[in-house]
Amino acid sequence: MRIKPEEKNSWRHVWALAEVLGGQVQPVTHELLGIARELADTRGQQVWAVLLGAGTAGQAEELIAWGADRVLLVDEPQLRGFQDELEAGLLTRLIGKYQPDILLGAATARGRALMPRVAVLCETGLTADCTGLAIDPDSGDLLQTRPAFGGNILATIFSASHRPQLATVRPRVMRAREREEGRTGQVIREGLAAGDSPAMKRVLEVFQDRESVVNLGHAQIIVSGGRGVKSARGFDLLRALADKVGAAVGASRAAIDSGWISYAHQIGQTGQTVQSKVYIACGISGQIQHLVGMQSSDTIIAIDKDPDTPMMRLADIAIVGDLFEVIPEIIKEIDRV
Amino acid sequence: MKIVVCVKQVPASSDAQIDPVTKRIVREGTRAVLNPFDTYALEEGVRLARQLGGQVIALSMGPPKAEACLREAISLGVDQAILLSDRAFGGSDTYATSYALARAIDTIGGVGLVICGKQAVDGDTAQVGPGIAAHLGWAQATYVMKVERADKDGLRLRRMNEEGWDVVEVGFPCVLTVLKDINQPRVPTLRGVLSAMEEQIPVWTPADIGADTGKLGLDGSPTRVVRTAPPPPRQTASKRLAGSPAQVAGELVADLRTRGIL
Ligand SMILES: Cc1cc2nc3c(=O)[nH]c(=O)nc-3n(C[C@H](O)[C@H](O)[C@H](O)COP(=O)(O)OP(=O)(O)OC[C@H]3O[C@@H](n4cnc5c(N)ncnc54)[C@H](O)[C@@H]3O)c2cc1C
Ligand SMILES: Nc1ncnc2c1ncn2[C@@H]1O[C@H](COP(=O)(O)O)[C@@H](O)[C@H]1O
Repeated sequence: MRIKPEEKNSWRHVWALAEVLGGQVQPVTHELLGIARELADTRGQQVWAVLLGAGTAGQAEELIAWGADRVLLVDEPQLRGFQDELEAGLLTRLIGKYQPDILLGAATARGRALMPRVAVLCETGLTADCTGLAIDPDSGDLLQTRPAFGGNILATIFSASHRPQLATVRPRVMRAREREEGRTGQVIREGLAAGDSPAMKRVLEVFQDRESVVNLGHAQIIVSGGRGVKSARGFDLLRALADKVGAAVGASRAAIDSGWISYAHQIGQTGQTVQSKVYIACGISGQIQHLVGMQSSDTIIAIDKDPDTPMMRLADIAIVGDLFEVIPEIIKEIDRV
Repeated sequence: MKIVVCVKQVPASSDAQIDPVTKRIVREGTRAVLNPFDTYALEEGVRLARQLGGQVIALSMGPPKAEACLREAISLGVDQAILLSDRAFGGSDTYATSYALARAIDTIGGVGLVICGKQAVDGDTAQVGPGIAAHLGWAQATYVMKVERADKDGLRLRRMNEEGWDVVEVGFPCVLTVLKDINQPRVPTLRGVLSAMEEQIPVWTPADIGADTGKLGLDGSPTRVVRTAPPPPRQTASKRLAGSPAQVAGELVADLRTRGIL
């Protein structure tokens, strides 16, 4: 809601909304708690994890180990499946009751559905898909940085006149803290209330499509291909290298649009964001929309015929050559030694 | 039942710019196109209207030239188009935009279904669809990849998430945001293009939709862009390998072993 400057102090603490999928707290929650901890510590405030779900109570303590001081737990059978309207109404009521300064959610399918609804119900702003968050030392407001225009521009956004300050955070950009065994905190139980909005949908079935879920997000090594890979058969070569080094296979949009590999492999602005230890880009020129999805990888290796592409300039190791000649040699070399 | 499809005109991605002083998107002088994701929303609206009976209306908020994306919508089969255009709307963030669109939907009356694209490629927020649903107090289903069933009582939908999808049933009225997977948009027919040129597109102002002007434009927007900058360059320990394939492969593998990667 709109507030007067002197009312700012009555909004306190940083909330992180636990991402729950299939009844399980997802790792992105630890990243949210990591950045929430940082923000809260600069202001001497607490981190609250908000855990909404059915049968999730057993996972509350674990959130304390990952950095939460308080866990606001709502464990109700009606919260099975993803009921946007019910969850948004509930969160809005809890926000009104406890008045958090900041609420962070994951920029996932669920977070991007729920948070905008909460923002409107609370009559406050929301910044989508943040890649940077900090507290402005002068005003104490949340500085929210996000890529716009396909990553060509980084915009910094404030919501000084409204509370709470809401942001969704892009997965795998923020660092989680080390898990701390024996860290203490408090679990606060809340329930659904008579006035909460009823569920407006019926969730019939949930499919976990393990086959087509390419776990790029958690891969240590990614071998990724672009237009230079030239065909679906070309990707077989990349897969051979990937199998050899225990890597997942990624792709640029050009490769996906050409039909050589499925969308689940796409990395970039309209695909997944990855933060692997090693990213091997094969025949990918490195347009900004691709770079925003992979440039926080630790070591980037590029293979390209053209020595002057953005990817080759960005890479830690840039190999000038034909990928169809170089990759088989790499495989041979790994086998040899 | 009326179906409203919300469409946005966006700068063609290659010439997108931000005004260094006002921090707002420079729309003057740039090529503008219909937001690519919204073509899927339009196609689904037209299909569902045929199946369920009723009218499809394309709705856009933007400067006068945004009329072009509404003409495109007509050429793709919608029955009617409405443009929200007035200085008071300028500078709206997703809160204010979804408020204005919700007011317009309420003004149209008799609307049972609103369809939005997954996101607009300029802001990439994906917030306007759920925002409209919240302002109207309607149900929402986002990231819809398939309409499995549609009848007068409601819809059965497949919603995508990070691990697969779920299947939900929702009654009318509701708001959907749709993914590319949902359909294959048609190409406009010549007849469609001709009728689109002739169509009179009404332009609505805040007064026409009974909007509280305090909730519109920059003043009505809780968020403010305070700074824009190009992304910072990455620090790289750039090393170049060139030579015969066997030679570079040897050097690479040796390097990865020293780094402890292999
Ligand atoms: C709104 C929007 C969203 C987008 N989102 C994404 C996204 O999420 N992800 C994404 O990747 N892109 C995205 N793009 C597209 C992006 O702008 C580029 O078009 C795309 O990344 C280019 O893919 P590429 O590098 O594979 O192809 P190209 O740019 O064509 O590069 C191919 C490279 O392969 C090299 N090559 C060719 N043959 C060989 C060979 N035999 N050996 C070695 N090298 C060779 C060439 O020298 C060249 O450098 C988006 C674009 C828009 C407008
Ligand atoms: N100004 C607008 N006019 C009409 N529809 C819009 C407008 N802005 C956003 N939308 C709709 O909301 C969707 C999501 O946009 P966004 O939240 O800006 O990413 C778009 O695909 C459109 O369907």
